[in-house]
Amino acid sequence: MALGLGSTGARTYLYAELVEIGEIATRDDVSLLVVSLDTNPFFWSTFSLSFSDFISHVLAFLNSILLLSQLNQVVVIATGCNSCAYIYDSSVDSSHGSDTSGMPALYSNLLRKLEEFVARDEQLGKAQMQGATASSLLSGSLSMALCYIQRVFRSGPLHPQPRILCLQGSPDGPEQYVAIMNSIFSAQRSTVPIDSCYIGSNNSAFLQQASYITGGIYYRPPQLDGLFQYLSMVFATDLHSRAFLRLPKSVGVDFRASCFCHKQTIDMGYVCSVCLSIFCEHHQKCSTCGKYIPKFCPAYRGDKHNGNALG
Amino acid sequence: MNNNTDRPLNGEVEEDDEEDEANGGLDAWERTYAEDRSWESLKEDESGLLCPIDNKAIYHAQYRRRLRALASTAATARIQKGLIRYLYIVIDLSKAASETDFRPCRMAVIGKQVEAFIREFFDQNPLSHVGLVTIKDGVAHCLTELGGSPESHIKALMCKMECSGDASLQNALELVHGYLNQIPTYGHREVLILYSALSTCDPGDIMETIQKCKKGKIRCSVIGLAAEMFICKHICQETGGTYCVALDEHHLKELILEHAPPPPAIAEYATASLIKMGFPQRAAEGSIAICTCHEEAKEGGGYNCPRCKVRVCELPTECRICGLTLISSPHLARSYHHLFPIVPFDEVSPSSRNDPHQRFANTCFGCQQRLLRLGNKPGLSVICPKCKQHFCLDCDIYIHESLHNCPGCESSRHSKSVTAE
Ligand SMILES: [Zn+2]
Ligand SMILES: [Zn+2]
Ligand SMILES: [Zn+2]
Ligand SMILES: [Zn+2]
Ligand SMILES: [Zn+2]
Repeated sequence: MALGLGSTGARTYLYAELVEIGEIATRDDVSLLVVSLDTNPFFWSTFSLSFSDFISHVLAFLNSILLLSQLNQVVVIATGCNSCAYIYDSSVDSSHGSDTSGMPALYSNLLRKLEEFVARDEQLGKAQMQGATASSLLSGSLSMALCYIQRVFRSGPLHPQPRILCLQGSPDGPEQYVAIMNSIFSAQRSTVPIDSCYIGSNNSAFLQQASYITGGIYYRPPQLDGLFQYLSMVFATDLHSRAFLRLPKSVGVDFRASCFCHKQTIDMGYVCSVCLSIFCEHHQKCSTCGKYIPKFCPAYRGDKHNGNALG
Repeated sequence: MNNNTDRPLNGEVEEDDEEDEANGGLDAWERTYAEDRSWESLKEDESGLLCPIDNKAIYHAQYRRRLRALASTAATARIQKGLIRYLYIVIDLSKAASETDFRPCRMAVIGKQVEAFIREFFDQNPLSHVGLVTIKDGVAHCLTELGGSPESHIKALMCKMECSGDASLQNALELVHGYLNQIPTYGHREVLILYSALSTCDPGDIMETIQKCKKGKIRCSVIGLAAEMFICKHICQETGGTYCVALDEHHLKELILEHAPPPPAIAEYATASLIKMGFPQRAAEGSIAICTCHEEAKEGGGYNCPRCKVRVCELPTECRICGLTLISSPHLARSYHHLFPIVPFDEVSPSSRNDPHQRFANTCFGCQQRLLRLGNKPGLSVICPKCKQHFCLDCDIYIHESLHNCPGCESSRHSKSVTAE
């Protein structure tokens, strides 16, 4: 369906260019959408929706974003299992050169780069001879997306409104926790919302936190046949229009911590004052930083308080 | 002040004259240039011609110096960071704070910078506490007690910005020492004094007070606004703090913000300890409860203390009923980058780019910016020693100052497994 729409593509102007030639006044509904695309083969080989079907939904969605306004910009970063790479940037790939078979540049360029990327990612995996890793490198693509967005911020006061969209299916990789949290806080500081469309079977705690903290939307489409519909209804809206829409509300994010010793979710626990490791019970020695905890631990002010209140 | 009230009517004309003199007798057209200082952004090139200073290169050089200094201290000793800090900010509001060498006056500039500092401080140290103390008329006052909410400190400060009388370092230190002595032993005690005066008017022997602070493991730092003073330097040397004098507003801002990241922890200054903390869950949207922080009934959107079940509005905080520290896991995660800092990147000299053994990158790995200048000459770039990816200077700064991840290392399984070993 979107193939027909895409062929109308006129020359795309950069946002700053159009402002310069006086084509537009500054607008707050022009978007820069940086998409992180999960290409993890371990996930797609076992998933009900095939990767090529998924891509056709996503391509139609990206095309519709570009058609919503000719100032909109789309950047796609492939999130593989062993690497991440930029595979499409609408401000670089002009619509020229799409004469072959009437396919718009978005499709031909993106698909070619995507194929190259998937092949290279597979090679890297073979070279390392590691066991199958279930997670994809989300921390890498988030970090790259944020660097790209900083560059757009640097380009001057007139820039499109950036946001990040994570199209993710792989489960969270626990080893990426610190890096992902760092990315989330940096996005929050520069007010860049992280939207997440998670299609995996269980909710992703990383993406739930990312969207909650940065003010983005987290959504898990209940039916994957209509993925394009969900994408275009929920994630195509620019930041300005979101104020007027009833978008999916977050269903509560669990911010409770899990202890380092048993990986159990806890309400109350002990935190090492040196390295901030979390434990569910009192220990003689912190297992993370190796500090000995004095046996007669100086009473914590709050506890003293409590004791007085009781006694 | 007295002069004005004594001469109510005929003083007005003379006041105008005084104002002119205060501006150093400059004409109106000269004043715009005096503020602007545009000549300072020029330099002479090799042939003696004037050319604008390349601000970006200078800024980057400054940043790299800072980064190297940090990295070298980290290398000399496997340092820990004092992540749980109890900091008193002492603001000198004596007569000297009304001087106008900073525009519009020292007091206004300090107010603005302290506000920015408090926000940045809590962003970087979510588990820490700040209190405000002012010195006025030779007496030190506690403006706000130690607390974790930036807004309440800023509000209190903005209401109390008036200056008069003399300053007293001893009174301020005595007051702060009294408060900081009560905090738990795992906390790092710090004082940051913003001092405008060039003298101190003390009731007793300040040397004794300094020794007391040293014994109390209180790290005192001073930022002067006027000129270097021996006593300030002595305080800082004795207690392990830093002493600097600000040259202008920009410099002052830099000096203050240097105190935002946690300082290296001195092992014997704070004991390791396991702190009991609560991780409350967000209350259900529809539930109604009376919050203990504002003491009013609120619908939904709060947290329940897991020990005594009362409602609080915001995290992190301390439960007002049972005293348990309440926090969420992202607050702890905010401090993790201090514990796992990323290595400084190496500069790539344009000559080494011709080396056939080195991989040659045309674009920045992070932001896709071209690393070549006009005419395909290589520009300045940096390389991550771990993943060997090239980055532009802007990304270098962003990565080390805000992101705290190397995009190259994060997007490669291999370098991750190497760092994990
Ligand atoms: Zn446990
Ligand atoms: Zn520890
Ligand atoms: Zn409580
Ligand atoms: Zn860059
Ligand atoms: Zn790296």
